[in-house]
Amino acid sequence: MIERFNEILSALKKNKLRSFLTAFGVFWGIFMLIIMAGAGKGLETGITDGVGKIAVNSFFMWTQRTSKPYEGFRRGRNWDFNNEDIEYIRNHIPEVKTVAPRLFGSWLSGNNTIRGDRSGSFNIKGDYPEWANIDPAEFPKGRWLNEIDIKQRRKVCVVGEKVVDEMFSKDEEPLGEYLKIGGVFYQIVGVIHPVSNMNMNGKTDESIFLPFTTMQIAYNYGNDVHMMGITAAEGLSASAVEEKVISAIKKRHKIAPDDVQAVGHINIEKQFKQFATLFGGISILTWIVGIGTLLAGVIGVSNIMLVIVKERTQEIGIMRAIGATPRVIIAQIISESVFLTTIAGYFGLFFGIFLLELANKGLESAAENGADIFIKNPEINLTVAVSCLLILIISGAFAGYIPARRAIQIKPIDALRTEN
Amino acid sequence: MIKLNNIHKSYVMGNSKLHVLKGINLDIEQGEFVSIMGSSGSGKSTLLNILGMLDNHDQGSYYLNNQQIKNMSEKKAAQLRNELVGFVFQSFNLISFKNAMENVALPLYYKGVKRKKRNIIAMEYLDKLGLKDWAEHMPNEMSGGQKQRIAIARALISKPKLILADEPTGALDTTTSYEVMEILKEINNDGITVILVTHEHDIASMTKKIIRLKDGQIHEIIRNGDLTNFREAYTKELETI
Repeated sequence: MIERFNEILSALKKNKLRSFLTAFGVFWGIFMLIIMAGAGKGLETGITDGVGKIAVNSFFMWTQRTSKPYEGFRRGRNWDFNNEDIEYIRNHIPEVKTVAPRLFGSWLSGNNTIRGDRSGSFNIKGDYPEWANIDPAEFPKGRWLNEIDIKQRRKVCVVGEKVVDEMFSKDEEPLGEYLKIGGVFYQIVGVIHPVSNMNMNGKTDESIFLPFTTMQIAYNYGNDVHMMGITAAEGLSASAVEEKVISAIKKRHKIAPDDVQAVGHINIEKQFKQFATLFGGISILTWIVGIGTLLAGVIGVSNIMLVIVKERTQEIGIMRAIGATPRVIIAQIISESVFLTTIAGYFGLFFGIFLLELANKGLESAAENGADIFIKNPEINLTVAVSCLLILIISGAFAGYIPARRAIQIKPIDALRTEN
Repeated sequence: MIKLNNIHKSYVMGNSKLHVLKGINLDIEQGEFVSIMGSSGSGKSTLLNILGMLDNHDQGSYYLNNQQIKNMSEKKAAQLRNELVGFVFQSFNLISFKNAMENVALPLYYKGVKRKKRNIIAMEYLDKLGLKDWAEHMPNEMSGGQKQRIAIARALISKPKLILADEPTGALDTTTSYEVMEILKEINNDGITVILVTHEHDIASMTKKIIRLKDGQIHEIIRNGDLTNFREAYTKELETI
């Protein structure tokens, strides 16, 4: 074994440029495969992480102007959900697990928030505690809104991290402090940190969350509801529930059943399915291109081995004249080829993974600096890497075998006579 | 040692067929020192290649060391070559990327001898041929005579019974040619059969038996005793030129 290894090494060492060129094709093939597979995986992790914590079987709906006249109403009518709708859905549609209504303080434009001599412009949202079941978040300080806030219409708020940065100096403790929002004072009870990067009406970081009931009263919303987040009961598909809820709502508000514009909605389940299809496509593409590149590398090796064998015909003739059996010759050529492809493949693998790690580090630090990044943890799993290497070794053997066969088909005497 | 019976060999070249050997009958005993002569195209190299199992014959029978050589697998032929035959070529045929010692040791590699051991043996043979100091040199750093001596060492290392030399002095000047012939003579004195192909009379006259080929057949065999006559004839030939 060591004997043969020495023999391979000396043959390759004496033909450095040739060996290098042969190896480079394979190196490049596996390098590209790793990079592409890693990038694809990174995109997938990035996007699924972004929406990952949102309840998969949920949907959101909001009101828009009607697009069809119906029961005496003209088209283009403005309308809103109301509190009765919420009660109706809770009581009459058993397929619904949770309903989380929400209000948007869209009128509060400009510097709507004041604290002492500081002021800022933030997204004001009125929420029920249930919202956190649909779009989960973390609370580094304090708590989320609760039932008592809703029942007692308490003047409390939960703020995003950017709000804290802007309204407080670094050493100030936001909890328990007051913010004046649209002329009303609210006590801060919690700081929210989003888990997903899906944003409804403005970034969570730059939002202030009030109890839904407080907001309705404080700013004269009557019993209007701007948006609802709804999750389907366990084991039911969000799409089916969505259809049922929307048609019930349309009936209650005298909207044409075939008016597709009046109720705006987004279905997380559908989004997920689309993502899944997209990532499936990306990974298939990655593999087709990657394996194609790899194959080109291997064919390159075979090609170069063929040239090598031709170049070395005389050498092979000499070897045979002094007693090398065909098996020895084939073994020699195949081991050279396998050795080259394996080493080159290993380096390709190594540098590919190295580059991915580097990219990962770069992305992480960029993410910490607050950049919006949709690629996360570009990586390739060990099984894939090892099987790539295995494929390489096998194809290296094939790449060597064909030229080796050619080499021994030539009669020793013809091989000896070959002029270089 | 060698027994050839009605050996025929022809080459197909495109549409035409070239009949090179037209029935060769030949016996060579163990320990003989034979040269094969003939004009170019007379089939002398072909005959040597058949003897060395580098090429196969079409018709007739060939016994080497009491073993018939016919339809032999390449594996068996390679083993026989390794065991019985050592080759010396006109163009030396050393492997260019191996140094002198590695070249000499190569046949032992195919016999499965360990690296350390075969290098020691290779050094012994290099020493015998006066090339010990050149062991680490590459073939392209050596003169023709040195290369041929390396090739001879390589042919000898597997302790063959037969040395086949195809124009061993063809690429060498006269002085070196004679040195190489001296070495071959010594090898022959150790009991190894040496067969060489040459077209030089002076080289042939140093052997003990000359086989002259003409048009693929044995024209005449000049034995030991007649060599003096051969030398005289050769001198006369020179004079007439």
